[in-house]
Amino acid sequence: MDHLITSPNLEAPDDFYEALIEAHRDLSTEESHALNARLVLLLANHIGSLAVLRKALDAARAGGARNAPA
Amino acid sequence: MDYQKLQFAYRHSPDQDAAQPPRHPVVVVGAGPIGLALAIDLAQQGVPVVLLDNDDRLSTGSRAICFSKRTLEIFDRLGCGDRMADKGVSWNLGKVFFRDRQVYSFDLLPEAGHGRPAFVNLQQYYVEGYLAERAAALPLIDLRWKNAVTALERHPDYVRLTVETPEGSYRIDAGYVAACDGTRSMLRRLIGQESKGRVFRDRFLIADIRMKPEESPMTLEAERWFWFDPPFHRNQSVLLHMQPDDVWRIDFQLGWDADPEVERRPENIVPRVRALLGQDARFELEWASVYTFACLRMEAFRHGRILFAGDSAHGVSPFGARGANSGMQDAENLAWKLAYLLQGRAGNALLDTYGAEREYAADENLLNSTRSTDFITPKSEISRLFRDATLDLAREHPFARALVNSGRLSLPTVLHGSPLNTPDVDPFASSLVPGAVAADAPITVDGRTSWLLRELPGGMFSALVFDGPEAAAQVRDLHAAADDLAPLRVLRVAAPGTAPIEGARTIGDAEGLVTARYDGQPGTVILLRPDQHLCARWRAPVPQALRAALRHALALDRGPGEGSRGDRLWTI
Repeated sequence: MDHLITSPNLEAPDDFYEALIEAHRDLSTEESHALNARLVLLLANHIGSLAVLRKALDAARAGGARNAPA
Repeated sequence: MDYQKLQFAYRHSPDQDAAQPPRHPVVVVGAGPIGLALAIDLAQQGVPVVLLDNDDRLSTGSRAICFSKRTLEIFDRLGCGDRMADKGVSWNLGKVFFRDRQVYSFDLLPEAGHGRPAFVNLQQYYVEGYLAERAAALPLIDLRWKNAVTALERHPDYVRLTVETPEGSYRIDAGYVAACDGTRSMLRRLIGQESKGRVFRDRFLIADIRMKPEESPMTLEAERWFWFDPPFHRNQSVLLHMQPDDVWRIDFQLGWDADPEVERRPENIVPRVRALLGQDARFELEWASVYTFACLRMEAFRHGRILFAGDSAHGVSPFGARGANSGMQDAENLAWKLAYLLQGRAGNALLDTYGAEREYAADENLLNSTRSTDFITPKSEISRLFRDATLDLAREHPFARALVNSGRLSLPTVLHGSPLNTPDVDPFASSLVPGAVAADAPITVDGRTSWLLRELPGGMFSALVFDGPEAAAQVRDLHAAADDLAPLRVLRVAAPGTAPIEGARTIGDAEGLVTARYDGQPGTVILLRPDQHLCARWRAPVPQALRAALRHALALDRGPGEGSRGDRLWTI
């Protein structure tokens, strides 16, 4: 089970997105960064598989590189 | 006895009057914990040792402080385990604090049935003092204080050392030289080698303070306490350990910009200690030091006839107690291999495996040490962010505690893939795989209670035979297989009170833990090396397999090895 799901998998995409933004409401940027870090750790533990996590890290990093200024 | 004040007498050696450089099979350079342990181990196996030290005193301050269960088991074999364990402060529990609250605690030895605790805290000068006294009781050790190696010449069949003394210099020829001369190894420099790796840009203050527990406003325990970003030392970490004689060891992280000269001054240390313990704390400052550290190692630990062990070969950060403890494992790995080579039981290929096995172990220690250091002293804002997030979550969520890294404390390396291991052919449900250090367990033997590891013979292979209908035949097969190869003791694991059989020592599995830890079944045979590492195991071995595994563990099937010329020259 080392497959990273990148096809649509969220049961309620708009609800999730709203909840994500809502979780950050009234937080300073610094507090939001801390929340995100905790969130990453919690989700990583839920996934568990190192192979899947590495793929997610690679995909996240590649996404950033594509958007980086030339 | 105040070991910190002890001064050893320089003595004139007859070697200094010899017309030609006298010859010695083994010269160990450096009488620190590793050199002393190696010399004792060799002498106990019948090898005469010249042990040179450039100083005449023991270590100052607590330094290495945490000695692991494995190190205590090695001290047991070297005849000084009880002294170390009795004097040391035993502990198994570590507590981690973040800011003003405890995050969690961990037990390093959660199961009963081991002869030694996870750790003892003991000032390095006691360890060196007890080892030096043990060495002095062994006639095969010629310990020469104030003897500094200043030059060496490498020849195919020997190494010629120039040794400087208060009376001038002299030369000796060594079959093999063990360089146990520490981080700033002179021998490493003399052969033009260096240790390479990462230097960490951070500074730590160690303060050893003497204080009666009742003089401390804060209640203290025999535990390892580690604080991340505590209110009394903001943005940095602090580590506290109890030591014998009412001495407490505190490590304060200072950051790279701290000035070591300023931080070392008592007037600056005292307020830091008071901030931790309380303003009313009454204590004396014993010793203080400011250190930086690096994670590095030599590329190869064997250079022909020169072998590097301990800090001369590798350096780690102090979090994890992996410095002296891994050096001890170097020493015990090297001792039996050198002894077997010199006794003509093995060839140079066996000595090559010292490098292979201990370089592998050093990599494991370096990896753990580097990871701990990255957690304790985050190198970037984002690294710090994740570190703090982990600590935050750890209070409530058990999963995050597994990520908290205040030091992964020293465990003996499992020598996976060692060239001396015989790979399993039978199924076993036990974490004691080939390459692992034998696990301890309570036993009965000769009508008394004891511990398995303390009944394993020194300098010999051991075989554990789990009692079954074939036991008598298996014992005979084992002796026949070992006959001309290596000394072997067979221990037959049986229910307490079982009648003895010829050729084996019958040990009672007092609590069933030998059987459980080794996954023993009737007929199971476990082969252990002289350094108590498991090297082969079977459910019902055929005689040829036993002999093949012994030959393999002696590297007799691996060709001649590095620099084989003169293999037999130094046979003792």
